[in-house]
Amino acid sequence: MNNKLYGNLIFELSKEGRKGYSLPKNNFGSYEIPASMQRAEEAQLPECDEMTVVRHYTNLSNNNFGVDTGFYPLGSWTMKYNPKINEEMAALPKFQCLHPEQPAATTKGALALVSLLERSLCELTGLAHFTFKPYAGAHGELTGLMTIDNYHRSCGDVRKKVIVPDSAHGTNPASAAVCGLEIVEVKSLADGTVDFDDLQRIVAEQGAEIAAMMMTNPNTLGLFETRIPEIAKLIHGCGGLMYYDGANLNPMLGACRPGDMGFDVMHINLHKTFSTPHGGGGPGAGPVGVREGLQEFFPFVSPYYGNFGVMMRAYAYILSLGREHVKEVGPLAVLNANYIKESLKDVYELPIDTICCHEFVFDGLKDKSTGVTTMDVAKRLLDYGYHAPTIYFPLLFHESLMIEPTENESKETLDAFIDVMRRIAEEARTNPDEVKSAPHTTPIGRVDDVLAAKKPITTYRQLKAEAQL
Amino acid sequence: MSKVIEGLYYSESHEYVRVEGEYGFIGITDYAQHALGNVVYVDMPEVDDEVTAGEEFGAVESVKAASDLISPVSGTVVEVNEALEDEPELLNKDAFGNWIIKVQLSDPAELDALMDAKAYESHCAE
Repeated sequence: MNNKLYGNLIFELSKEGRKGYSLPKNNFGSYEIPASMQRAEEAQLPECDEMTVVRHYTNLSNNNFGVDTGFYPLGSWTMKYNPKINEEMAALPKFQCLHPEQPAATTKGALALVSLLERSLCELTGLAHFTFKPYAGAHGELTGLMTIDNYHRSCGDVRKKVIVPDSAHGTNPASAAVCGLEIVEVKSLADGTVDFDDLQRIVAEQGAEIAAMMMTNPNTLGLFETRIPEIAKLIHGCGGLMYYDGANLNPMLGACRPGDMGFDVMHINLHKTFSTPHGGGGPGAGPVGVREGLQEFFPFVSPYYGNFGVMMRAYAYILSLGREHVKEVGPLAVLNANYIKESLKDVYELPIDTICCHEFVFDGLKDKSTGVTTMDVAKRLLDYGYHAPTIYFPLLFHESLMIEPTENESKETLDAFIDVMRRIAEEARTNPDEVKSAPHTTPIGRVDDVLAAKKPITTYRQLKAEAQL
Repeated sequence: MSKVIEGLYYSESHEYVRVEGEYGFIGITDYAQHALGNVVYVDMPEVDDEVTAGEEFGAVESVKAASDLISPVSGTVVEVNEALEDEPELLNKDAFGNWIIKVQLSDPAELDALMDAKAYESHCAE
């Protein structure tokens, strides 16, 4: 079968009455299910033989792209290698078969693991306590802001404003809004860092209402915010707390710690910085860490310990690197990003030309005359077997193309990617139509994203209804 | 090169106001629609809502990004361009021909703080 063309749904392979199973002889008699608990109509399940099911899912999985199949430079996503030992540890039956409701006396090993992971994270971040309830990064942000809100309330202080840089991850203002807080945007300077003068103005005008400032460092342009100590001093001076968005923690590992920079509360995306698979958007884990004294303000956000399997993988990753080698993560991630940046900046527009951290942002191709956009470059990369970088984020530039290689990749992989990026820049000049109509080699070609946004078809039933029109 | 029209008032965040008597027609500029790319949704206020100069009154979503609409002037919404509900792409076809809201101006002096076509053109070129 030509896998490139495989795109069936399991429902399309269904044949009425076909079965891939047989039930064992019933030794238990039969029981009536009360009418109130019966389905009104039969479940509409696909009916297939086992071979068909196996081929279907194998073919579908071969259409997948992941860190295990190729280079995945998705900025702000930290698609690092997920060591297989993590999977082996998370699959240990004595952990995997735990049930969240079983007696605590029988789960001491799991609780010990959480406690050891907490100790490691405290050492890596410079904070004093962590809660492991949040299920992912944005949930962590919300938990962190609720912690801050609880703290201010306990002081009898009504503070409803959160300062967020204009370059922030979209989740920052979203989390603040969900927490019932108001967002105050602070501008960025031309070099991409927080405009300290603008921040001083905001604090002078609204200081008594500032609950917190949310920052990610390095910021979403991959640039280190050098004025953090002054910023922290300013915010603390008006009674606010500093919140660290841990999405970009990776380049800091082993180099510096949010707690030492003056941050009071932070979340960590365990799935990013501590290597667990999250290509499909999860599962994640967003533990929240706080400075000593703030732990009593953790809100109730879940009865259970988030995604325990992610915590196991993260702890396995920390242990396999060890105290010594975990220090190499950040510097190598930074080296790789700068190597790509310097190798491409003559053909791609680099709006802020400075040393970056783990990622950097191009503003499209340098030669804009061809009409080839960032979207076209991203699509063309798929033809060459690469996952596209993050595009059109951050919003500070019109043609953002954000590349994060992570620390794992070899020089040969980076060189091959650089070659392809240069080739695409060349194609944009010599054969722009080829780039503008890419991808040509994927199972699905250029998607009509306007139609997809205006008329999304997300279920099989919608698809069938559409086909009958 | 994006189109700029004489006689309109422009804001730094790329909205324009076309003034007719006591009313202002507010929309996004050609530069803005070009930067946003294909517009797929326009989030508009309702008639009788108040808008304030410098504050958000809705949003434009494109395939690239969602962008807040910032009102260049204060006043009361007397009409919204309902055609944009079904055909948001009208903004891409003709941004200046398709205003988003019509506002009864409460403080026409606010117009003085906005840019004219020439100033806006150089603002875009920055």
